[in-house]
Amino acid sequence: MRPSAELEHLSQLYRQMFLIRRVEEESARGYAEGKIGGFLHLYIGQEAVGVGAISALRPDDYVMTTYRDHGIAIAKGMPARALFAELFGKVTGCSKGLGGSMHMFDKEHNMLGGYGIVGGHIPLAVGVAYASKYREDGRVTLCFFGEGAVSIGAFHEGLSLAALWKLPIVFICENNEYSMGTPLSRSMSVEDVSLKALGYGMERDRFFADDVLEVERRIGEAVERAREHSLPTLVEVRTYRFRGHSMSDPAKYRTQAELEEHKKRDPLHRTRTALSEQGISEERLDALEKSVEAEVMDAIKFANDSPDPTLADLEPTTYKGPFAY
Amino acid sequence: MERDGRVFLMGEEVGHYQGAYKVSEGLLEKFGAKRVIDTPIAEAGFAGVGVGAAMVGLRPIVEFMTWNFSAVAFDQILNNAAKVRQMSGGQLECPIVFRGPNASARQVGSQHSHAMEHFYATVPGLKVVAPAFPADAKGLLKAAIRDDNPVLVMESETLYSVKGEVPEGDQVVELGKAQVVRAGKDVTLVAYSRTTHVALEAAAVLEKEGISAEVIDLRSLRPLDEGTLVASVERTHRMVVVHEGWPYGGVGAEVSDRVQRLAFDALDAPILRVSTLDVPMPYSAKLELACMPQADRVVATVKRLMARGRA
Repeated sequence: MRPSAELEHLSQLYRQMFLIRRVEEESARGYAEGKIGGFLHLYIGQEAVGVGAISALRPDDYVMTTYRDHGIAIAKGMPARALFAELFGKVTGCSKGLGGSMHMFDKEHNMLGGYGIVGGHIPLAVGVAYASKYREDGRVTLCFFGEGAVSIGAFHEGLSLAALWKLPIVFICENNEYSMGTPLSRSMSVEDVSLKALGYGMERDRFFADDVLEVERRIGEAVERAREHSLPTLVEVRTYRFRGHSMSDPAKYRTQAELEEHKKRDPLHRTRTALSEQGISEERLDALEKSVEAEVMDAIKFANDSPDPTLADLEPTTYKGPFAY
Repeated sequence: MERDGRVFLMGEEVGHYQGAYKVSEGLLEKFGAKRVIDTPIAEAGFAGVGVGAAMVGLRPIVEFMTWNFSAVAFDQILNNAAKVRQMSGGQLECPIVFRGPNASARQVGSQHSHAMEHFYATVPGLKVVAPAFPADAKGLLKAAIRDDNPVLVMESETLYSVKGEVPEGDQVVELGKAQVVRAGKDVTLVAYSRTTHVALEAAAVLEKEGISAEVIDLRSLRPLDEGTLVASVERTHRMVVVHEGWPYGGVGAEVSDRVQRLAFDALDAPILRVSTLDVPMPYSAKLELACMPQADRVVATVKRLMARGRA
């Protein structure tokens, strides 16, 4: 029996989430092997947020996020080859190996980057939405950030301007309960992030990211508000990261029991089970997972085999035209 | 703005109020609220909005009521405007202009008197210009708007009342070109923005005392016009750099380093600097004048320089 369009769609979302999960697991391995340097922030556990939200977009819509950006980049269409090559610091990477884990950019897919300063990209995303309104191009901007960004000034200034100017943007707070090692209870006086929207006269939403279709539907409502009415929304998506803040973080600030409890709600398992129950055979799911595996292995091989950038790549990427010295 | 619909002006009081210093007077009426946008007091917010809009193809002009207030938007300029091109491997560009009055005004105290160019000129990815004359204010601003990189235009509140010839029409002053504004043979005074006028005043005093000073108006601080500096010091063999801002590091130190490195054999004496004194700017009118670089301090410095090195 041919699966319905809905089921076909869900299996596509599952494939993307599974791809991100495998990319991140292999990133952790690459870090342990010394192929990836610097900071590495994994998206494992949060896949349903990025995949569900971006699934609600058109290809010409824009996305910006923080340094936890691999999953968002993949969901927006960045090829795994460009991502791994960037992580390995190779010139074939999306940013020629000059950006690294925290700075995944893919102009072709309107992935406008991962940014390393908490909250600093929020005004940028507002500017992108500003440009869409200025040009009347009908595009929507999604701006992802963690709940840790809610306390910084750029969050307030960005949301305040987006609401004042009625811009087509959706602010997505991926609340994974910890800003680095500090739990919500010790970082915010009011745990409900979405309440901040009230002060700006902005629409808000708040939900758990267990079900990727629910994320797609709820973000879709905000995207429609942005596209049809040029109005911003603040959406708080409750999620959980299964790994530490970065690779150097063993996450001793939370208990194993808490982690195990959250793992029971793993959006990947949930989606796989749903697919299975709705008639996608184990054989088909295996084939899908194998194709992801092949894609990831190909990307890693491509990254391994790629050349490093050279000093000659630096000046032309610093200035357009002659170097200003 | 007439030439390119992608250009818009954004900042505090730029529209209905006609600009805190009337720089944008009449623009709202001419171009409308879509292209002349009043912002709330949110420098980090609207500086970032400008950078984001530039990344996707608009060409914003962001006004800071004064460059002092850019301090709260420093992250947007340093980490986003200057770096997005490299972080994206050259995929994204940031054709934005940040402009506003810089350095001292009159008795506005320590928090409103910063010479911010010294911070920004150190940052690769940015260009920084500082005009001293009306014609350059027009020509450099036009060049800045047409440049595909972030350009910071440092004006001066004390120069807004200076009058001068301004060429009609599409006059552009190329970024990175200094100008010899007074020829001389005994010493080169290097300045920009307000201190160009201080240097000219000092040169007039020196002339009466038989010392012929050449005055270079840098106009552009990054890129810096090494050629004009070296050619001048090869004629005069002495150099004094005059600028506002503190003596630790900065544009004067950069000029000194480059000139001694590129033209060591031409120098008869060390390069000296006349800067703002190394303290936060005081409110007291007398003390403020004493802190700022003045013609008499330039004259005294040149005389010290002339007294040595004629071996």
